[in-house]
Amino acid sequence: MTPEDLLYDETHEWVRLENEAGQKMATVGITDFAVEQLTDLVYLDLPEVGSQVTAGEEFGEVESVKAVSPLYSPVTGEVVAVHSELCDNPKTLSQDPYGEGWLIKVRVTDETSLSRLLDAAAYQKQREGEA
Amino acid sequence: MYLYDSPAETAAMLESIGAASIEELFRAIPSELRLDRTLDIPGPLGELELTRHVAGLAGRNLDANRAICFLGAGSYDHFVPSVVDMVASRSEFYTSYTPYQPEVSQGNLQVMFEYQTLICDLTGMDVSNASLYEGGSATIEAILMAMSATRRHGKVVMLRSVHPEYRQIARTYLRPHDVELVELGWAVDGRADLQQAAERIDESTACLVIQHPNFFGALEPVRELVDAAHGAGALVVHVFDPISLGILRRPGDVGADIAVAEGQSLGTPMLYGGPYLGILACRETFLRRLPGRIAGQTVDRRGKRCWVLTLQTREQHIRREKATSNICTNQGLFALRAAVYLALMGPHGLREAARQCLFKARAALESLAGDATLSRRFDAPFFKEFAVRDGTGDVAGRLERAKAEGVLAGVPLGTWYPELEDSFLVAVTEKRTADDIDAWSNALRGSS
Repeated sequence: MTPEDLLYDETHEWVRLENEAGQKMATVGITDFAVEQLTDLVYLDLPEVGSQVTAGEEFGEVESVKAVSPLYSPVTGEVVAVHSELCDNPKTLSQDPYGEGWLIKVRVTDETSLSRLLDAAAYQKQREGEA
Repeated sequence: MYLYDSPAETAAMLESIGAASIEELFRAIPSELRLDRTLDIPGPLGELELTRHVAGLAGRNLDANRAICFLGAGSYDHFVPSVVDMVASRSEFYTSYTPYQPEVSQGNLQVMFEYQTLICDLTGMDVSNASLYEGGSATIEAILMAMSATRRHGKVVMLRSVHPEYRQIARTYLRPHDVELVELGWAVDGRADLQQAAERIDESTACLVIQHPNFFGALEPVRELVDAAHGAGALVVHVFDPISLGILRRPGDVGADIAVAEGQSLGTPMLYGGPYLGILACRETFLRRLPGRIAGQTVDRRGKRCWVLTLQTREQHIRREKATSNICTNQGLFALRAAVYLALMGPHGLREAARQCLFKARAALESLAGDATLSRRFDAPFFKEFAVRDGTGDVAGRLERAKAEGVLAGVPLGTWYPELEDSFLVAVTEKRTADDIDAWSNALRGSS
């Protein structure tokens, strides 16, 4: 499943862009493909509200029963919301990765960071290659 | 065991690897670095002669069973009930203390789980790991946890009244980290200087490291220190004395975030300095950053109670370069000793041991009254340890003369603190009798 209205990063994060008072707000999550690959999720380590994230750099970690994997930020900006309830209940992420499983909301401060993201078709092609 | 190679075996091995001589194997080492003679080793001895020789050498050691021991400074002569040795010397435990296939070793895992449970009860903390190597490395692991949990890498603030060797270990570990290690001196009475602490702990500080009772035995104003640290968003690493928790408030009750200790006092003799036991427990918030092994209790597929190593994703072998610690094991045998000791003593036994330390330490200090050359170094309330100032300034001479009378009277503080060159540290455990205290007092006075 690769929703058409989202943008994607090669490292399997998705971005929902919205305009809010003239500023670009990005909701960030990980794709159902990433969730499947990670298997049973047990824990998430997310940044604090107010911290800075940079496109292509790590902003947190997701822990499954077998591994700890970094979460890479698809955008550059300031974290304005963190879905912290998810940390104790990562099942929500497995069940609804594109909805209730969102991770953070970022006020984008550098729009040039968006140009590197993939559309649904390009990401779909990439994940078929990796599957 | 020493296995001897016969000339024929040596020749066969050389032939097998294609070397002409043993000498050829060492050719890569420059000749100036090599010893150009055989080692000066005395000739062989028969078993009986060898046993006598070694026993003679061992007899030159003055240990706490023969001397009257008032040494402390991190290693203490507490009573070790014989049940501890009885259980720990069972071969099921001492031949299998490192379970490489952990789930096969249910007995070991159960010990770890019970040890963790006892440590949580003892400290008032939510979680404990299955132990680390000793108090000093437990302290730095706690500091690294605090840096990772707070995401603060500006400063680590430590009181200078924390064990000097723990501080030295912290300096070594923190060298490659870009973090400032700030050390704060003590006030006149030997306790923390609260004003200085409040000034130096700031928004970039990951943690404040305190020892309570501190290295000089003094009781720190823990709550005020905790408030100062928490007020700036820093965590508190509390180095505690396990025996003191028979009468003092637990680290978890006074607001510490991470509690660490040297666990030698719990069922292990002084052993000339090790191996010892590192205790590390924390609040549940920091569970994912807790280094080392953690055993958990669960049920098998038939519904029977069993134990597993859990939360292993924290560990180096899974997190690889992202791990915050390189420790993947625990000090199994000594954790077992601590668990047996704590289970045997129970809250009442531990309280009794702590009370005896407290009262006997006061009796010892009072026995010095009237000697013009010996006085108390710090006025702060203390638990089982206190510092004595030698008015003659000859600490080494006085302690040496006491030793000649069979009394290990104290530890010279000048070893670590140049400004305390005229003082020594005295520890009094529940094992000391009224006669011991008299002998100690006389040995110190007689030699003045």
